[in-house]
Amino acid sequence: MKLVSAIIKPFKLDDVRQGLSEIGVQGMTVTETKGFGRQKGHTELYRGAEYVVDFLPKIKIEVAVDDDQLNAVIESISKSANTNKIGDGKIFVYDLEQIVRIRTGETGSEAI
Amino acid sequence: MNRILILLITIFPGVVFADELDTGDTAWILVSTALVLFMTLPGLALFYSGLVRVKNVLSVLMQCFAIACLVSILWMVFAYGLAFGDGGSVNQIVGLGNLMISDVGMDSMSGTIPEIVFFMFQMTFAIITPALIIGGFAERMKFSSVLLFSALWLTLVYAPVCHWVWGGGWLADKGFMDFAGGSVVHINAGVGAIVAALVLGNRRGFPDKPMAPHNMALTVAGASMLWVGWFGFNAGSALASGSGAGMAMAVTHISAAAGSLAWMTCEWVRSGKPTVLGIVTGMVAGLGTITPASGYVGPLGGLLIGISAGVVCYFATQYIKRGLKIDDSLDVFPVHGVGGALGCLLTAVFYSNSYGGLQSADEAYSISSQFGVQAIGVVATIVWCAVITFVILKLVDMMVGLRVEEDEEIEGLDIVLHNERGYNI
Repeated sequence: MKLVSAIIKPFKLDDVRQGLSEIGVQGMTVTETKGFGRQKGHTELYRGAEYVVDFLPKIKIEVAVDDDQLNAVIESISKSANTNKIGDGKIFVYDLEQIVRIRTGETGSEAI
Repeated sequence: MNRILILLITIFPGVVFADELDTGDTAWILVSTALVLFMTLPGLALFYSGLVRVKNVLSVLMQCFAIACLVSILWMVFAYGLAFGDGGSVNQIVGLGNLMISDVGMDSMSGTIPEIVFFMFQMTFAIITPALIIGGFAERMKFSSVLLFSALWLTLVYAPVCHWVWGGGWLADKGFMDFAGGSVVHINAGVGAIVAALVLGNRRGFPDKPMAPHNMALTVAGASMLWVGWFGFNAGSALASGSGAGMAMAVTHISAAAGSLAWMTCEWVRSGKPTVLGIVTGMVAGLGTITPASGYVGPLGGLLIGISAGVVCYFATQYIKRGLKIDDSLDVFPVHGVGGALGCLLTAVFYSNSYGGLQSADEAYSISSQFGVQAIGVVATIVWCAVITFVILKLVDMMVGLRVEEDEEIEGLDIVLHNERGYNI
């Protein structure tokens, strides 16, 4: 099992969610976050006080997947989150040791 | 004979009973009083609180609210007497007496309005002036110090200057023209703020650390209330309901609009983008600058004063913030101080009927000689305010201190001084 963690542009969330549900992904966790990679920030001006804002708003999506679904998920996210502009984000894949469904106690792949 | 008199009184009440109570005037000043209080609560309170960081939003609201309450009481107990009483042998400098407004009864008059109405109207000016100074020491001054400072400042700066200009003091005798408070309110507040900023010192991290406004929507809401309320401030200062008030309202409005666009244009040209904060600050500049002139100039004066205000106050703000790096946090001095002074001086120019002013044709008037009088008033106000504000701050420092500790400033005044959080989202 793997945990796929994707940092994407906020306005792409709906596209990514739709793309994932089309390949059968049942659930996900979404976090509002900030960050930057090679995308530069912007400046804000308040009556002569100028600030450079480095951190840009991003969305992090986390999805737990079976090993055999991994490539399809990566491809789906890559396609739907892509704008061909700098700042599109990154996908990180973690090894997932254990999953438990709290309501039923199911574990492993059945809990995905 | 009686029947003729009664007939005349019914048709021409103003003619027969000159300087008796005029219900039209009284009604307008009652409304203006409410409008000017509205400028502080919540106009200025919202304007300022949106400009500070989240952790300090309540401290600004608390200071505005508390100052409004405190000044109201002090005004009644003794400050109205200082400002508008008869000082006898010292009347050139300050008024005396009328403690607890004991001389103001139901029949006391001030022109065509009851004196109690005049007392209330003037109170709202006395409230907003120390409230404006909050901008100079925002985000770092102790609440107890703010209260003590405001009480002393009302007594030793606002009341005397008010007396000089409007209470029959020496500036009034000299013919100094200040219709609604360019000197009494705006120069005083501006100078008070910058002296406070200098004595307290800059906020920790200024000017390098970002300290962006936390909620510009609040600021714009507050600014809008200031524009509307200012009609009470300037048109109400006519102390009568009529074309005087009407023209004051018109020139005030035109100046607000012109100042807004002028600042916005300066910013657009120099920084590349027009900002909301810029346009509303330009509005405040336009309004503050027209204030002393509002009963003396015509629409052309309103327009040109507004444009000058937007441009001059814009550059003054850049200079204080970026040039001198003084942390007058909410730019009270470059907007109100500079604007008020500019307005007082321009009053001399635009009163002249050569520039569309309200100078009457048969009135002997010299722009240059009036300009000299205006300059004297401006300088006197600046000097008195600067010196006394400095002394008061030092006194308050000795008594209760002035500034919060560094770690308190980092954590935020709301939680440290008031045990509260502005937003529990």
